[in-house]
Amino acid sequence: MSKILIIGQQAEGKLSSSIAKVVSAAKLVGGDIEVAIFAKDGSGAAAEAAKLEGVTKVLQIDRAENDHGLAAIVAPQVVELAKKGYTHVFAPGTTFGKDLLPRVAAKLGAQQVSDVMAVLGPTSFDRPIYAGNAIVTVEAPAAPAVVATIRLASFQAVGSGGSAPVEKISVDVALPTHTRFVKLEAQKSERPELQSASRVVSGGRALGSSENFKVIYALADKLKAGVGASRAAVDSGYVPNDMQVGQTGKIIAPELYFAIGISGAIQHLAGIKDARTIVAINKDAEAPIFEVADFGLVGDLFTVVPELTSKL
Amino acid sequence: MKALVSVKRVVDYNVRIQVKSDGSGVVTDGVKFSVNPFDEIAMEEAVRLKEKGKVTEIIAVTIGGAKCEETLRTALAFGADRAVHVKEESEVQPLTAAQALAAVFKKEEAQLFLLGKQAIDDDANQTGQMVAALLDLPQATFASKVELEAGKATVTREVDAGLETLEIDLPAVITADLRLNEPRYLKLPDIMKAKKKPIAAFSLTDLGVTPGAGLKASKTAAPPKRSKGVVVKTVDELIAALKGKGLI
Repeated sequence: MSKILIIGQQAEGKLSSSIAKVVSAAKLVGGDIEVAIFAKDGSGAAAEAAKLEGVTKVLQIDRAENDHGLAAIVAPQVVELAKKGYTHVFAPGTTFGKDLLPRVAAKLGAQQVSDVMAVLGPTSFDRPIYAGNAIVTVEAPAAPAVVATIRLASFQAVGSGGSAPVEKISVDVALPTHTRFVKLEAQKSERPELQSASRVVSGGRALGSSENFKVIYALADKLKAGVGASRAAVDSGYVPNDMQVGQTGKIIAPELYFAIGISGAIQHLAGIKDARTIVAINKDAEAPIFEVADFGLVGDLFTVVPELTSKL
Repeated sequence: MKALVSVKRVVDYNVRIQVKSDGSGVVTDGVKFSVNPFDEIAMEEAVRLKEKGKVTEIIAVTIGGAKCEETLRTALAFGADRAVHVKEESEVQPLTAAQALAAVFKKEEAQLFLLGKQAIDDDANQTGQMVAALLDLPQATFASKVELEAGKATVTREVDAGLETLEIDLPAVITADLRLNEPRYLKLPDIMKAKKKPIAAFSLTDLGVTPGAGLKASKTAAPPKRSKGVVVKTVDELIAALKGKGLI
C-alpha cells in the first residue's frame, strides 16, 4: 500500500491553501497520507493540516532554522524523513515546492514528476509540457520513491472535516549555514489571493498606466475577486511582478476570469486554461483572447468596465 | 572567478507546438530550434558580471547531440570564453543532466553556476536545484537580481508571495527568471568570433554518469481545446449571460 508524504508548505504558522489540493491528488493515489510541517513553530499549520479530509497523520517538525522554508535547509530533513518507508513524496507546485522538491529528488536518486495534472495510478501521471500545449502521460519508477509536484489548477481542494492526529517529531540531521534569509517584500492586499480566488479580474497593456488600473480594482472589489495582470502590464510597470498570470507567472483556475485589455498571448493563455468561464473585454475584435473566451465584449475598456462595475 | 552557464537546445518559443498523430511526442522535424530563453538570460547575466569584473571566465556547457553545437556557438557569441559539449544523442532527463553538469562544474572548479529556471520544452524546473543538491551547494532559484561580493551572492527571487532576498555563500547555483535582464542582440562580429572559440567534448561515461531509471512517456496528447464562446454586444447582455450561468 502507498504511504504518501506531503510537504506541508506554511508561512508564519499558517498552512498554505495549496496543501488541500495536494491532499486531493494524494487521495487519488490512495493509501496513508501524512503531511509534514517544517516550521519554527508549526502548531497552527499542523492543526489546519489535521483537519484536511483524507490526511492520516500530521508530522510537526519544529526547528528555528525552518522559519523561512528555505530549500537548502528543509531538503535534508525531508530526505531523512522520506527514507522511512514512504512510497511517494508530494509537494505543491508553488515556488516553494518547485524550489524544494528537486533538491529532495536528487538526494533520493529519483527522477521527479513536475506539475502532475492527473493521477492515473500510483505511478502513472499526466503532466503538461511545452507551456501546456501538449500533455504527456508518464510512468515513474516506484523505487526509490515517486517524487512529484502537484499542479494546483488541476485539483479541487479537499474539505476540512477531518481530525488526524498530530505527532511532534525531530529529524536529526545537520543543516547547512550557507544559505541565509535576508527579507521578503510581500504585497499586502485585502483582496483574495490570486491562486485560490474563485474570481479573478486581470488587466493588460491596454490599461496604459498604473493609475488606470483603478478600473480593474474597482470591478474586482465589486466581485470580491483577486486581481491579476498580463506580462505586458507587469513589464510596463503598471503592477508588481507577483500579479502576473501566465506561463511564467501564476497558473490559475478560477470559476470566473475577466481578461480586460489583454490580447491573449500564448504565454498568458497557458496560465488561464483551466478557468471555468473566461470573459474577455477588448477593443480589438481580432484579439486572440476572443478565441478562448466564453463571453466576449468588443469595446473600450474605459467605458465598458466602469459601466459593468456600476451595474453589478 | 569562473562561471559555468548551461544552455539547452529547445524548440523555438514562437513555434506552434503540434502533437504527433500517433501520440509519440511533438513534431520536431523541420521546426526551428533555439537556445532556451531562460538559459539565454542566464548567459546574459554571466556576461554582465564579467563586464563588471566580477567574473573572469565564462564556460558554456550543453548536453545533447551534434546539433547542440549551434547552441554552444550562440553562447560563445554572447560572450562565453569556451564551451563544453556533453555528447549524448538520446533523451537526457533532469537528474542525469544534473549529474553531468555537476561533474563539469567540479572539473572546472567554477564558483558560480548560472542556468535558466526551466527549459521551455519539458518545463521540468528541476536541473539547477538538482545540481545544487548533488554538490551540497546553496541555490537561489527564480532570480530577478544578482549581486556578487567576495565569497557570496545576494539574490532577489521571484516567489509567489513577492520578492525574497537570500544571501548565499559561493560556490552556488543560481537559476534565472524572466526579469533578471534582457539578453542583448548578437552582433555579426561576435558571431564570427564565436566560430573560433574552443569546444571540448565529453560523453556521459567520461564524466562518470550512468543514467538510472527515468520517467517513461507512454503517450503525448494535445490539451483539450476551449471552444470559442459568444460575443455579446452590450454590458447588459454580458451581465444577463453571467447571471444565466449563475456566475454572478
